[in-house]
Amino acid sequence: MSAYPAGRPLLEVSGLCVDYSAGPGAVHAVVGADLVLHRGEVLGLAGESGSGKSTLAYAITRLLRAPGMITGGSVGYYPTPGTVVDLLAAGEGTLRVLRWSQISVVMQSAMNALNPVLSIGSQLTDVLQAHRPDLDQAARQARAADLLAMVGITADRLGSYPHELSGGMRQRVMIAMALALEPQVVIMDEPTTALDVVTQREILEELMDLRERLGFAVLFITHDLSLLVEIADSIAVMYAGRLVERAAAAALFRAPRHPYTLGLLSSFPSLHGPRRRLAGIPGSPPDLRRLPAGCVFHPRCSYATDRCRTDAPALIRLDGRADATAGGGPRAAACWLQDGSASPPPELARPAPSGPPTPPAPAPTGSAPPAPDLARSQP
Amino acid sequence: MYVISRRIGFYVLTAIAAVTVIFFIPRVMPGNPVSAVLAKMQGTVVTKQTLAALQAEFGSDTREGLAGQYLHYWNDILHGNLGISTSNGMVPVTTVIRGALPWTIGLVGTATVISFVLGTLLGILVAWRRGSWLDTLLPATTFFQAAPYFFLAFLAIDLFAIRLGWFPAVGARNTLDFPAFDWTYASDVLDHAILPALTIVVASAAGWIVGMRNVMITTMDEDYVLIAQAKGLPKRRVIWYAARNAILPSISGFSLAIGFIVSGALLTEIVFSYPGLGFIMLSAVQEADYAPLQGIFLVITMAVLLANLAADFVYVFLDPRTRQEA
Amino acid sequence: MALGSGTDLDDAQAADLLELYPNAPASRRRLRLPRSPKVIIGLALLIGFLVLAVIGPWIAPYNPAQTFSTTASFPQPPSAAHLLGTTQQQQDVLSQLLAGGRSTILVAFVAGLVATLLSVIVGVTAGYASGLGDDLLSMLANFFLVLPALPLLIVIFGFLPPSQGSDDLLIGLIIAVTGWAFGARVLRAQTLSLRTRDYVESARIVGERGWRIISFEILPNLVPILASSFLFTVLYGVGTYTALAFLGLVNPNHVSWGGMLFYAQVAGAEQSGYWWLFIPPGLAVALLGTSLALLNFGIDEFINPRLRAAGLSRRRARRAGVTAAARPPRRFVLGVTPVLRSVPPAGDDGRPR
Repeated sequence: MSAYPAGRPLLEVSGLCVDYSAGPGAVHAVVGADLVLHRGEVLGLAGESGSGKSTLAYAITRLLRAPGMITGGSVGYYPTPGTVVDLLAAGEGTLRVLRWSQISVVMQSAMNALNPVLSIGSQLTDVLQAHRPDLDQAARQARAADLLAMVGITADRLGSYPHELSGGMRQRVMIAMALALEPQVVIMDEPTTALDVVTQREILEELMDLRERLGFAVLFITHDLSLLVEIADSIAVMYAGRLVERAAAAALFRAPRHPYTLGLLSSFPSLHGPRRRLAGIPGSPPDLRRLPAGCVFHPRCSYATDRCRTDAPALIRLDGRADATAGGGPRAAACWLQDGSASPPPELARPAPSGPPTPPAPAPTGSAPPAPDLARSQP
Repeated sequence: MYVISRRIGFYVLTAIAAVTVIFFIPRVMPGNPVSAVLAKMQGTVVTKQTLAALQAEFGSDTREGLAGQYLHYWNDILHGNLGISTSNGMVPVTTVIRGALPWTIGLVGTATVISFVLGTLLGILVAWRRGSWLDTLLPATTFFQAAPYFFLAFLAIDLFAIRLGWFPAVGARNTLDFPAFDWTYASDVLDHAILPALTIVVASAAGWIVGMRNVMITTMDEDYVLIAQAKGLPKRRVIWYAARNAILPSISGFSLAIGFIVSGALLTEIVFSYPGLGFIMLSAVQEADYAPLQGIFLVITMAVLLANLAADFVYVFLDPRTRQEA
Repeated sequence: MALGSGTDLDDAQAADLLELYPNAPASRRRLRLPRSPKVIIGLALLIGFLVLAVIGPWIAPYNPAQTFSTTASFPQPPSAAHLLGTTQQQQDVLSQLLAGGRSTILVAFVAGLVATLLSVIVGVTAGYASGLGDDLLSMLANFFLVLPALPLLIVIFGFLPPSQGSDDLLIGLIIAVTGWAFGARVLRAQTLSLRTRDYVESARIVGERGWRIISFEILPNLVPILASSFLFTVLYGVGTYTALAFLGLVNPNHVSWGGMLFYAQVAGAEQSGYWWLFIPPGLAVALLGTSLALLNFGIDEFINPRLRAAGLSRRRARRAGVTAAARPPRRFVLGVTPVLRSVPPAGDDGRPR
């Protein structure tokens, strides 16, 4: 886990709702998502298939395909302290300027994300051409070669086509492409899921290395919670389109607060430590069109109370407590067990590890600059 | 290149098979081919020369077996002898064809290319601007796709040539003038060519439009097009990302459709009395003169094979994935 | 479009055919056509024509071959007695039009059926088998595909004895021989793609025999493609038969729309403005073709749902209760997710407030 302290807020998502289709057949893929991504932070978005994590990430940049549509909430992007861009209200022109230069995307399958009939050099330089008109042809070629070198690919590959590269190389090209304009945010949608474990490890290490050097923030989407525990600063867990828990990575791993998170963590066998029974989570994720009443997780929850069956819990902030830490937004969990009315069961009340002393970031206003951060250096 | 050489091999085989087919058809039809021809020529005077030519044509005068006749046929073809045309004054078929071919290639060639380019561009436009009023044009295109080429030709002549008098209705040029390499001649040819070309373009473009539109819509759903948008690239470049991929099935479709288009174009020529291969074909049919029919069939087949080969070259050029050596 | 390594153009073309005629559904869906106006109009027109084919000669006011005057030598324009005028031989055009539908439609459908049957046999077998069988059958299909159909048919019909020239079934058969190849290529491409699907693979591993796999696993999924291919071939049959009749290769005494156009050409109709000679039959052929093409459109949209109207169409928006002002622009904008605020937002519990 990285001990990289978080910087100022960069991207703030509040109450985001995303539907597929409209009318009676509409599927509420994301409901009321709240997230904050800070400068240089690695925020992991974890969940099963169909939990809405990819939908959320693509909706943020308005890249969600039809029939997806955003039906509520707000997304604010703060390129510099004091300026804010409302991504939901932005027009095509604003988006086109922002995209890739501020926020870029790395997709799961590089074979599908790279245009098969264009050379990778041309796919690297066209971004430069679109966003940096000051560069001439030679400068663009040079920069493309540099980008490839950054991910460990020789410059003679500039003329190659995607089908001529191996899977790992293609993914590296994607990463190089995503960093071409030195964005502040990189959204990564399961970038290593399609690779073998060895290549996976290599690519992740390179990625973290690049992040140290260039200082971009990462929204890392994956179903593999164990992966996030290693590379993420903070983690947000999603279930059936809702955010159910949000915490710093170490805190989530050692001291989960939501039964779903607990279940996920107990599903991974660990290579060391005493033998224990793998618990898993009974049942299967709900059909988004036929959600249970009350808390969407209650049918599979061993701690469900009567209240859970009728009332759906909102995200309850846990940062008033002694175990709260900042990162990813205030620590929160959507569970009635955490509302303070009764003590939660001991598995859900473990003491959180103490993280680097960082005061909670004040809510960004867009006019006043954020409070100065202690003991950090901006890369 | 391995890929291309395989195709060339196939085309050579096809050419051989085509010659074989054309050799056997008159001979497998019920009845004696010569008498079949004579039966159709009822009403015209059959001279001894004609009879001799027919018998030489269909081999009923020799004592060669079928195999011998086949080899003899091949020998003739490879020497450029496609027989004698009885309806054109006993001149060699090759002469007849040579006179008509330039007109057909000029008209059909340019019209096909224009139609493909126009249809493809329109298809891209309709796909890109989905949900706009352009979508309502699509059913209209089905009408033009379904209407026979020659019916459209009839309409065109009736409307533009007779009633509106904008263009001449018949022929390729004003036959009273001598062909010369000057502007008057050229503009006269152009003037005569516009209506037939327009007919061919209108009749065939619909197919390209719909085909390209469908492929573009599927392609625009691909991840790399989404990435192109995510990269903040200008609209033109995003369209290029999609179209550059969508054109490939279109080219495959072109190879498959070229036979249809040529057939339709020949019929158009007939209606316009354009002195190309179509016209020769019609008079040959009416006079039961079969040598030109066979000759024209072979010539058209060769042309279609060449067009296919050209399309194959273009495809390999455009799609880097096919360039791998096996 | 995934292409294997070392592909040759044949495989590339197969992949392209999958683009043009996209993937068969993974599971058997009930063949319910989308109720778009295109499909409804196409179906209505086609049914109308089929009815015409059956009852046409009966409801014709006169005998199509009957001549009405021996003195007039020009085609007569429409009048009260002859609603669509007369031909140069003074025959009633309307009667010919009504009677001529039968042979055209009959020939086209025979051609369509036989050609589709041939294309299934060759295409599916080629796609399912691999190696030499596939190579040979593909070559056969390619050969027939490249051969220009109309010139070949002209030669064939030229040598056909005139007595056979009015046998609709025979004509349909001959046309089918030239028109099956396209469907075979498409079916081969689809079969190739289906063959690698899991449920087919598992059937093979279990030991199911080839023809059983083809009949029960593969063919049902090819039904939409087959329907589309059939319609396309019928369309081809209509056009080709009309063309052959127009050229006078079909027995001219056998009334058909193409034959009517033949006589129109002979009478110099387009030059002299006898529009009633060529517009009715030409229009009839065009409309018949249009109905087939529209139905094909509908099937295309069924096969590839992406081709249906994208985004929020007016009808769907109204049903959802979305006000006109809040609707996103009707034009589909690639790469920009619309933001739709008037839809009642989901509450914390996920259900609308």
